Amino acid sequence: MSRLSLERLSKRFGTSVAVDELDLTIQQGELVALLGPSGCGKTTTLRMVAGFLPPTSGRVLFDAEDVTRQPAYKRATGMVFQSYALFPHMTAADNVGFGLEMRGLNAAECKARIDEALKLVRLPHLADRLPRQLSGGQQQRVALARALVINPRIFLLDEPLSNLDAKLRSEVRLEIRALQQRLGLTTLMVTHDREEALTMADRLVVMEGGRVRQIGTPQQLYDTPKDAFVADFVGRCNILSGRRESEVQFRTDSGLALPVDSMADECKDADAFALRPERITLLTGGTDGVQGRLKAVTYMGPQTEYVVAVGEETLVVIRQTPGAGEPLAALKPEDTVSLQWDRRAPRLVPQTSA
Amino acid sequence: MMFRLTEQPSVGRVLMRTLIALAYLIIFAPVVMIVVTSFFAQELISFPPPALSLAWYANAWAKPEFLRGLLTSFQVALLAAAIGVPIGTAAALAIVRGEFPGRQTLSSFLLAPLAVPGVVAGSGLYMLYVLAEDFFDRDIKATTEGLVAAHTLLAIPWTVRLVVASLQGLDRRAEEAAANLGASPFTVFRRITLPMMRPGVVAAAMFSFIQSFENLDLSMLLVGPGRITLPVAMLNYLEFRIDPTLAAVATVQITLVGLLMVVTDRFVKLSRVV
Repeated sequence: MSRLSLERLSKRFGTSVAVDELDLTIQQGELVALLGPSGCGKTTTLRMVAGFLPPTSGRVLFDAEDVTRQPAYKRATGMVFQSYALFPHMTAADNVGFGLEMRGLNAAECKARIDEALKLVRLPHLADRLPRQLSGGQQQRVALARALVINPRIFLLDEPLSNLDAKLRSEVRLEIRALQQRLGLTTLMVTHDREEALTMADRLVVMEGGRVRQIGTPQQLYDTPKDAFVADFVGRCNILSGRRESEVQFRTDSGLALPVDSMADECKDADAFALRPERITLLTGGTDGVQGRLKAVTYMGPQTEYVVAVGEETLVVIRQTPGAGEPLAALKPEDTVSLQWDRRAPRLVPQTSA
Repeated sequence: MMFRLTEQPSVGRVLMRTLIALAYLIIFAPVVMIVVTSFFAQELISFPPPALSLAWYANAWAKPEFLRGLLTSFQVALLAAAIGVPIGTAAALAIVRGEFPGRQTLSSFLLAPLAVPGVVAGSGLYMLYVLAEDFFDRDIKATTEGLVAAHTLLAIPWTVRLVVASLQGLDRRAEEAAANLGASPFTVFRRITLPMMRPGVVAAAMFSFIQSFENLDLSMLLVGPGRITLPVAMLNYLEFRIDPTLAAVATVQITLVGLLMVVTDRFVKLSRVV
């Protein structure tokens, strides 16, 4: 396993800039997820690391070795593709053994390593099946075994879960994460699914328009986003534009006064108030806090979502679903409610970062 | 209301099935007619036949031009496919994978022989061969080589069409996966690309063979004594007489082509490729 460093890495297609001077270091054994909407440059970055795309400028380093000009087949990265990309004319075992064969291992050694890899993904009984005879989840695990069996220097995951159904997805997510940690794999993952990114990654890189918006741990990005885009992309968020009026108050463009706290790390041109829906406490009646009128109640199982109109603004509140007899259980649209939050909960951020 | 909802689709289905049956009937009627008449005893076709016999098959067998024609056709078709398919496959790879100006033009150019009537192409080739004979001072028209070269022109457009289609449907991620696992570009081509495009190539070989094997119009001017293909031999026979001998020969030809398709289908599902 190696450390991966990207230095001022850029890719231009004609006049459009897909990746713009990206700097990133992934430590040995760390899993970093590139997160962003489609077209943000995350896949282009991954493909440059794998060697499928030559960068326009900048460098890719595995440890201290500059691999920028190395072709893909010499880089020894192990990639799991979104579509799995299994070889349709080869059995599961032959798929897994392909990389070993390319490394010139003898048949006995190949066989032992293939068996071990298939055991690792719990598929030893399906070694002789062709890809089309396997389910999506099984194909995914063969692809995983194929990428891992070669002991790659860097492990690459391209939206590895997007073709699985919801139930399988959370299962495979845990499985990949456990493997990655057990084997100490230096991993770069690309995803547009925030839940996938938040649950699997040691660090997240939120990208947009070819640029990094913010890098940090999932908690850092969720709790202290640098701008409104990051706040919104890593989780649901109430974002209201306006200005700080005093140490303890934010005034929205529509004139609403909201309680906030002063923040040491606040950006001075912050023009948006960002507050996670689950940080708001909802009370029936009472005159403390911000008064609003309930617009809609959506039951989501363990949680319930409340849409509240406050002046001209709308705020979303998410609470644990109340049990029968609790005051919140009786709420219905058009009821008057009051909203409260810890003054330290809202973040004041710029709408867009420079 | 309920009644209508259940009945309407079934009316549609009946109509659909009738149309399908009709289409099959139109396609197969001539074939069936030929096969049936080859077993009739009398010379002029009438229903019901007074007797059934294999006399016409014996008659066809007795005429050396048919057997020789069959062998010539077989040889020419095999050679034309063997030369045309690699050329067409290489061209298809260049069209789909290459990055050079004029790829679209090349593609149209290679498909063009499909659009030219065989008689016209045959006459053109005849004149070209005459000029070339002067230039190289050797026989070209009425030789097997000349005929194979002409039939290669049938194989190339079919191959380009089928292989381009199969290349376009090929998952390029599988090739990237192979490179990712350490396969050099040549190894990727040999171990991944080629096996994945195999169905297209096999189908192209079969169609090229059949196109050549059954070709009449392009060949008419290019055959020579002792090198007459089966379709031309059949036409020659037709000039002097009409009797079910031809039906017997055609039945053999149909059976051979049918067998070839069945055998090919065992290796690649033709319905998936074509």
